[in-house]
Amino acid sequence: MAVRSTKFINRNKHEGEDVFISSPLKSIRKSWGETMTIMTEAKRKNKRTIPGFGLTMGFTLLYLTIIVLIPLSMVFLNTFSMGFQEFWVTITEPRVVASYKLSFMTALTAAFVNAVFGVLIAWVLTRYEFPGKRIIDGLVDLPFALPTAVAGITLTTLYSPNGWIGQFFSFKIAFTPAGIIIALIFIGLPFVVRMVQPVLENIEKGMEEASASLGANRMQTFIKIIFPELIPAILTGFALSFARALGEYGSVVFIAGNMPFKTEISPLIIMTKLEQYDYEGATAVAAVMLVITFLILFTINVLQWWTGKRYSGK
Amino acid sequence: MSIIVENITKYYGSYQALTNINLEIKSGELIALLGPSGSGKTSLLRIIAGLEQAENGNILFNEENYTHKHVKDRNVGFVFQHYALFRNMSIFDNIAYGLKVRPRKIRPSKKEIEQKVTELLQLVKLEGYKDRYPSQLSGGQRQRVALARALAVEPNILLLDEPFGALDAKVRKELRRWLRRLHDEFNVTSVFVTHDQEEAMDVADRVVIMNEGKIEQVGTPEEVYDHPINPFVYDFLGSVNLFKGNVQQGKLVTGNVEMNAPDSEDGVSTGYVRAHNFIIERKASGKDSIASIIDHIHTMGAIVRIEVIRHDTNEPLEIELNKEQYMELELRKGERVFVRPKELKVFVDYMAGI
Repeated sequence: MAVRSTKFINRNKHEGEDVFISSPLKSIRKSWGETMTIMTEAKRKNKRTIPGFGLTMGFTLLYLTIIVLIPLSMVFLNTFSMGFQEFWVTITEPRVVASYKLSFMTALTAAFVNAVFGVLIAWVLTRYEFPGKRIIDGLVDLPFALPTAVAGITLTTLYSPNGWIGQFFSFKIAFTPAGIIIALIFIGLPFVVRMVQPVLENIEKGMEEASASLGANRMQTFIKIIFPELIPAILTGFALSFARALGEYGSVVFIAGNMPFKTEISPLIIMTKLEQYDYEGATAVAAVMLVITFLILFTINVLQWWTGKRYSGK
Repeated sequence: MSIIVENITKYYGSYQALTNINLEIKSGELIALLGPSGSGKTSLLRIIAGLEQAENGNILFNEENYTHKHVKDRNVGFVFQHYALFRNMSIFDNIAYGLKVRPRKIRPSKKEIEQKVTELLQLVKLEGYKDRYPSQLSGGQRQRVALARALAVEPNILLLDEPFGALDAKVRKELRRWLRRLHDEFNVTSVFVTHDQEEAMDVADRVVIMNEGKIEQVGTPEEVYDHPINPFVYDFLGSVNLFKGNVQQGKLVTGNVEMNAPDSEDGVSTGYVRAHNFIIERKASGKDSIASIIDHIHTMGAIVRIEVIRHDTNEPLEIELNKEQYMELELRKGERVFVRPKELKVFVDYMAGI
């Protein structure tokens, strides 16, 4: 019957089935049948040059489910095992709230600094020729390669009150939020540079020349012509840098000093709770971070979509 | 505004792109820089615009030295082959750009800008498109916007770098006629680069033919076509047939054929005959009749191109007849015919003796 019915539906002949299928079900199958015909029509019109959509899409979904969706949903599942009252108490605990504020503030600041200086570095690396350019280009990736704990210890040594760099400042850098920001800038540096670099390389030279021939000075050309082209790449770099900074643990715990209410970041709170076998508490804090992060990244994406839409004019 | 190009020399690394270029362009002229790729025509245009600097020589606008002026201070309109429109701006903003970036003191008011842009949009027949973005326009429309954008700043000189190179044949033809009308209306001194000889001949007041970083000949389209001063120009303008041979006492001897070449020096020479300067006959009518066999007949609209093979040297010749001549002759592929050149130009091969 199943085989027969699909055959019928595909031909849009439903008369024979009225007896067997109850009406709500029938309407579902009917619309399914219509979708099928639309899909086959679309297939005919628009044959892809490279086949394998079904296979690759299936793999993509499976892969993302195993790697991303299931682990993330575990966070929420675990959280649900505690009552709402308990959940609310855990996440509104003053020490936890202070850590959220610190984590988001430092991550956003670091991402912002990286966005500004990342564009500058990308500019220098694409626009000028100078000896040692390759080496500097390679240096940019170094923060990715270095174990973050090593970075943390190094930065702490340098920026501590008696350290090489720290001694020149009248205020403390290590063991304050400023130190955390420096560590986060360090680990997030490559994102904006690597996002902006190829875009800068590919900007059509004619546009800049056209701008100059129309009487614009260099500043006007940069602000009106080049910068708008870079916005999507900067936003992506900013988002990546921010997300990375928010989850950073290894380098920050060394330089932060980890004083409750002052320099204790959310990932550390989660770690502490885990060490005390408070799994529900840990996942509750994590769930809140996840939701806020999602909202921020979502906003950035909307922004990006909006700028992209404006400029391709679609 | 007149342009004088004085002894311009340009290197790219060790490659010499331009050698001692001298050129005078009168105010209000429309000039075509014509040459094969790599001939330096685009480099010359970019040096006139100030987008590139020459190693040597001067550029004078109205007899004033502009050599060291920045492109933004030259007040030239530049049109690029690939349009170079600002893709993050609407068509309106693209055209208004040159006016909007002016220093406050000389910037027109918002209303004046709007009026000017509307005028230009009418001129390029894109009134309804002002709120669109470049990506929503066809190639021909984009190039019209680029032209309007360049004209908005009321340039002293309009420079166009292969402006129609990326467009299809029909749009190209329309646009170049339109450019000519536009030029006659605005009377702005214009220079455009092209590798299409038909385009140059069709539009320009004078044609500058360039090759390997040098100017080969400057003249009106008729002058350069009818009186090419050297083999390169002859070869470059239109399809031409070569007869390698020897000049003896006013006759070019090539294969079994003798052609009259009264004004030529004796020696190893090459005769040039344009494809449309032949007569095809069934019988030999003199010593310059070349016995040949018809190899191919291509009908291309109003012109019929016939390829024949010379009987004596087995060399191919290309002949163009108009449709009427072709119909009258009733030629068939494989037929034996005699081909006679109507007009012959002989250049001595200076290289042959070396």
